[in-house]
Amino acid sequence: MSVLVYTESENGKFKKNAFEAASYAAEVAKQMGTTATAVSFNANENESLGNYGVSKVLNISNDKLTTFNAKAYASSIRQAVEKEGAKVIILSSSTDTKYLAPLLAGYLKAGYVPNVVAAPESTAPFTVKRTAFSNKGFAFSEISTEIKIVGVSNNSFGLHENKTTATVESFDAAVSDADFSTKSVEIDKVVGKATIADADIVVSAGRGMKGPENWGMIEELADVLGAATACSKPVSDLGWRPHGEHVGQTGKPVASNLYIAIGISGAIQHLAGVSSSKVKVVINSDPEAPFFKAADYGIVGDAFEVVPQLIEKLKEFKAQNA
Amino acid sequence: MKILVCISNVPDTTSKINFTDNDTKFDTAGVQFVINPNDEFGLTRAMWFKEKQSATVHIVTVGDATVEPTMRKALAIGADEAIRVNAVPTDGFFVAQQLANIVKEGAYDLVIAGRESIDYNGGMVPGIMASLLDMNFVNTCISLDVDGTSATALREIDGGKEKLATSLPLIIGGQKGLVEESDLRIPNMRGIMMARQKKLTVIEPVDAINATQDTKFTKPAAKGAVKLATSVDELINLLHNEAKVI
Ligand SMILES: Cc1cc2nc3c(=O)[nH]c(=O)nc-3n(C[C@H](O)[C@H](O)[C@H](O)COP(=O)(O)OP(=O)(O)OC[C@H]3O[C@@H](n4cnc5c(N)ncnc54)[C@H](O)[C@@H]3O)c2cc1C
Repeated sequence: MSVLVYTESENGKFKKNAFEAASYAAEVAKQMGTTATAVSFNANENESLGNYGVSKVLNISNDKLTTFNAKAYASSIRQAVEKEGAKVIILSSSTDTKYLAPLLAGYLKAGYVPNVVAAPESTAPFTVKRTAFSNKGFAFSEISTEIKIVGVSNNSFGLHENKTTATVESFDAAVSDADFSTKSVEIDKVVGKATIADADIVVSAGRGMKGPENWGMIEELADVLGAATACSKPVSDLGWRPHGEHVGQTGKPVASNLYIAIGISGAIQHLAGVSSSKVKVVINSDPEAPFFKAADYGIVGDAFEVVPQLIEKLKEFKAQNA
Repeated sequence: MKILVCISNVPDTTSKINFTDNDTKFDTAGVQFVINPNDEFGLTRAMWFKEKQSATVHIVTVGDATVEPTMRKALAIGADEAIRVNAVPTDGFFVAQQLANIVKEGAYDLVIAGRESIDYNGGMVPGIMASLLDMNFVNTCISLDVDGTSATALREIDGGKEKLATSLPLIIGGQKGLVEESDLRIPNMRGIMMARQKKLTVIEPVDAINATQDTKFTKPAAKGAVKLATSVDELINLLHNEAKVI
């Protein structure tokens, strides 16, 4: 009857969201008087999940599952759910887990609530708080099926250290050819750089940058801060930046600790994607730009003057605080 | 190829969000409803298949009679027929079961849904539908080509994109990228006139579970005023000492 958590990894290494989902699972397990079991795929250092309150890890080690495959992963996790008799399943909110979770919900006839931002309000009835209306509201959702699936919003619950000894078992989930009826052919991905989904800091820029040739300073600022780069929708529509960087209602959500918006007006559709970020900083030449109303800090000024200064000063700051 | 496009009827993206009945219901007063933006990209891609690969395109919406103006808009854009499942869509699992029934009955080859609806942001309907029907499924789909029964799709992943090979029958959760925004269609007068004549079938829902219920809504707490820094030094200082984010 344990709580089962899917822990995402890449090249054997757990992602930060795996530890956050594990922290959440441990909290739910505590509330329900049970334990948290993780399921991992080809992961190293499975014991590290014990730092976040997981007491058992089912590690699936299978070469066929090196690359994420939604159906094959969902079918494997379902077998782990059945083995453990789990009644609650926790996942993160990465693009892959949002692909996987509804498949799992369908297979298990389980109610699924995504975008959850806090520990359950209660576990009987099982009620969680989630964002809705593109972050303009919150809903309290009650799940009434026997098995319940919760998708935790990135960076909302946070990492909670809770040292336990995790026993690691290898788990042999059966996968069939039918599980691979949708196959990965090619992955085109920026490597070695923080992505919008899991970066602590995101540096984002809009049409105020005037053209793609001016993105050098945005990338440099992101480099100094170890941040991911992002943009507003018109910027990706104009082809100045790749589609995957577009933030907002029709683009990616950002739930970083720090979001720096440069030359972005702050239209409501853009704000929908950033309101889960903790601290928002706006640099805009127009003091009336709507983004200032949603921001925590700001500088009214020309980005072409402010950003180069910010890069220099941050370099000094980093050198001093290294 | 027989295509079904799932259309969700959602508040216009600039709508003010309010709640009534002791914060248990979304307040629709004064709200303009539109085709869910993610579905609009899918509908336009379906039109492309219709024109270039002679597909037939049906649309489906789960909703009461108030969703019909949005459905007529989709017909005016060029869909051939519409189906309305006469039920209030309160839960994603419920909606997915209703849609799965329509897909099965209509023997569709390709089902195009949006990645998520911009009202409840569940992002679950296409995936649940796929598992209930055991159909192939691609989520966050940003490009789709079909050749016979083979399909090639691109999907967005964190930090990039992935190319997938799959086959029909297929369900996708689509979004911007499926077509360029400049290719989105606005219904013209002729389309609007023709839409009035097109078939809109109303069918009653099948028995289904409601897996979740929203019991209460709240709005985010009002935010304090922005702190404007007069210099870059001051900003760095605030971010380091006050916000503690650098
Ligand atoms: C259905 C729908 C969905 C949408 N979804 C999204 C979405 O997901 N994401 C999104 O971003 N948008 C979305 N939009 C578009 C959105 O409404 C805005 O058009 C868009 O966010 C504006 O982008 P921007 O701020 O970069 O450009 P602009 O509106 O052109 O603003 C540029 C800003 O830069 C400032 N600026 C100019 N020069 C400088 C300078 N030298 N230094 C500093 N500042 C300067 C200006 O003061 C201005 O505030 C959507 C729209 C619709 C209708």
